[in-house]
Amino acid sequence: MLEIKNLHAKAGEAAILKGIDLTIRPGEVHAMMGPNGSGKSTLASVLAGRPGYSVTAGEILYDGRDLTGIEPEERAREGIFLAFQYPVEIPGVGNHYFLKASLNAIRSHRGEEELDAIDFLALVREKMKMVEVPEDLMNRSINQGFSGGEKKRNEILQMLLLEPRLCILDETDSGLDIDALRVIATGVNALRGPQRSLLVITHYQRLLDHIVPDRVHVLSEGRIALSGDKSLAVELEKKGYGWLETAPPGAEAAAVQ
Amino acid sequence: MNPLEIARDRLLGQTSGFDRQSGAAEPAHLRRLREEGRTHFAALGFPTTRLEEWRYTNVAPIAAADFRLASREHPPIARAAVEAISFPVFACSLFVFVNGRFRPELSSSPILSGELRVESLARLRSENPALLEAHLGRYTEQKSHPFAALNTAFLDDGAVVTIPSGARLENPLHLVFVSNGEMATLSQPRVLVVAEPGSRAVVIQDHVSVGEGVRFTNSVSEVVTCAGADLDLVILQRENDLTHHVSNLACRQERGSRFTAHTVTLGGSLVRNDLGALLADEGAECTLNGVFLGRGSQLIDNHTVVDHAVPHGTSRELYKGILCGKSKGVFRGRIIVRPDAQKTDAEQSNRNLLVADGAEINSKPQLEIYADDVKCSHGSAIGRLDQDALFYLRSRGIDRERARLVLTRGFAVEVLEKLPAPALRDVALELLEQRLRDAGVGS
Repeated sequence: MLEIKNLHAKAGEAAILKGIDLTIRPGEVHAMMGPNGSGKSTLASVLAGRPGYSVTAGEILYDGRDLTGIEPEERAREGIFLAFQYPVEIPGVGNHYFLKASLNAIRSHRGEEELDAIDFLALVREKMKMVEVPEDLMNRSINQGFSGGEKKRNEILQMLLLEPRLCILDETDSGLDIDALRVIATGVNALRGPQRSLLVITHYQRLLDHIVPDRVHVLSEGRIALSGDKSLAVELEKKGYGWLETAPPGAEAAAVQ
Repeated sequence: MNPLEIARDRLLGQTSGFDRQSGAAEPAHLRRLREEGRTHFAALGFPTTRLEEWRYTNVAPIAAADFRLASREHPPIARAAVEAISFPVFACSLFVFVNGRFRPELSSSPILSGELRVESLARLRSENPALLEAHLGRYTEQKSHPFAALNTAFLDDGAVVTIPSGARLENPLHLVFVSNGEMATLSQPRVLVVAEPGSRAVVIQDHVSVGEGVRFTNSVSEVVTCAGADLDLVILQRENDLTHHVSNLACRQERGSRFTAHTVTLGGSLVRNDLGALLADEGAECTLNGVFLGRGSQLIDNHTVVDHAVPHGTSRELYKGILCGKSKGVFRGRIIVRPDAQKTDAEQSNRNLLVADGAEINSKPQLEIYADDVKCSHGSAIGRLDQDALFYLRSRGIDRERARLVLTRGFAVEVLEKLPAPALRDVALELLEQRLRDAGVGS
């Protein structure tokens, strides 16, 4: 589904990603961990096509198609979804209006019929229940005045509605208490399936207790320093990131016991 | 003589023909008012950009076109044409004025219930001259407003709305001012609203064009809110792109009254709106909401003055400008707090969105505070579309142009959602969206 080869990328003028190789197959859940400033969020931004982020070398293949130069809306319609670390507040644009416009843009791209007001409402209500989003959030402006938890739940609600094939969660767990974390994880797990892949970016292992990954990678200074299975996350939680400096790029966790 | 003086004299030269038609049965008060208007306009003339009040707005294009006073002959205009532009969803009474003159055959019955009246000024001059004498020309300062003086110099017809004491109107009163005519036509709408004590009403003053001629609309509205009255006045200006539009609104607020003006400016070529509110007695609340959208080479100039003359007055002002293409916007908001006006609570904010690189805005808040125990604040901001918000919408599959439209529209929502009826909100947003699309935002 996603093949990243020797990816180098800049955020503005700063070189952040310095040669990333990563393959995610359909149905797999990969976790991307690493210290602050290691390039986790840059990777998410580059995948989603955020303006200001540029690929300087290497390539990103999504379903075999090179994503370079593809507009963010096109990526979204093709099934790439980024759950933002900091969902943007947009005054004056109703959440309900936004979700409907978004869903219909994507449905029409897929060749499906656009949903009318009634069908949309029925669908969104069903998804809202899954992530415990209160009804009144729909009548408010996008993310405006939402609590931290509400913003994150709104992100997962969008994911449930749009049913993307590649979900990128950028520190969705940050700032959440344990109950909110469980709700979010339930929503995410509901989406797991053989045709859907997840890239879960996080600092902490605790989210991975709820969304159990197939693979765990550690990003350090723009490269994947270490990869392993879910036990790597537990080990990182114990040891921190400091010892990574000794690991050669691309090492397997088993090699540095 | 310079071109502005020539244009002034050309307009004043039209008065003799005008007077011949007016006839003899004219109340002395009206005749005197017109005389004053002529005197002031002759003295003031068309303003030049050397005047601080007109620094950013050059009225030469108005002076250059040889505008002729709209004839008293009713141009043929179909009710269907008016209804098509008026809000079809808006189930309220409709009063139609074509080139400033009342057209009863296109309008609802003037007597709505009991004492509630929407009348033409032309009719009232014989039926109720006392009402006109009590209010007409009392609130607008002709001495300092040349265009208000010009309007008054040819004062003849207009809308007179009386909301009787204690009346609570459920539905808005909709006054539609249609400008029409192929020649360079000067229309001078005139509105007087008397909100009697304890009354509550919404009045919509809607300026539209039928046909595509070059025109000049020069409107004057006078409003008085008596003790405890609560009035919302919506001024919706959506004339064609060739029409110059100058408006002057003056409101006098009596004790404990509330006045809310919603100024929505979407049309016109050169547009200047002057709005003055005088808080003349204690406990008055004044709210000025404004949205203006500039497109093409439009110039939209909003000047507001909130005059706190007495203690315990509250005023709130929020104007938002959206400027596309090569349009220019001007906002100048004065708040005056007189020496006696202790405990005044005044806030003003002007925020502007520049949608295109060629667009421009001059924003100038101005507080003049002569009392010491007051709470006053003002703010002014100029910005572009939020790039993070744009990316957020695009990352959900919404294309760039639609996202730009959605965000630009969203910028205006904060003001338009304050409109006093849901149907009005929907229509205003729809009109705004349509005009944004015409300006190339969203396509």
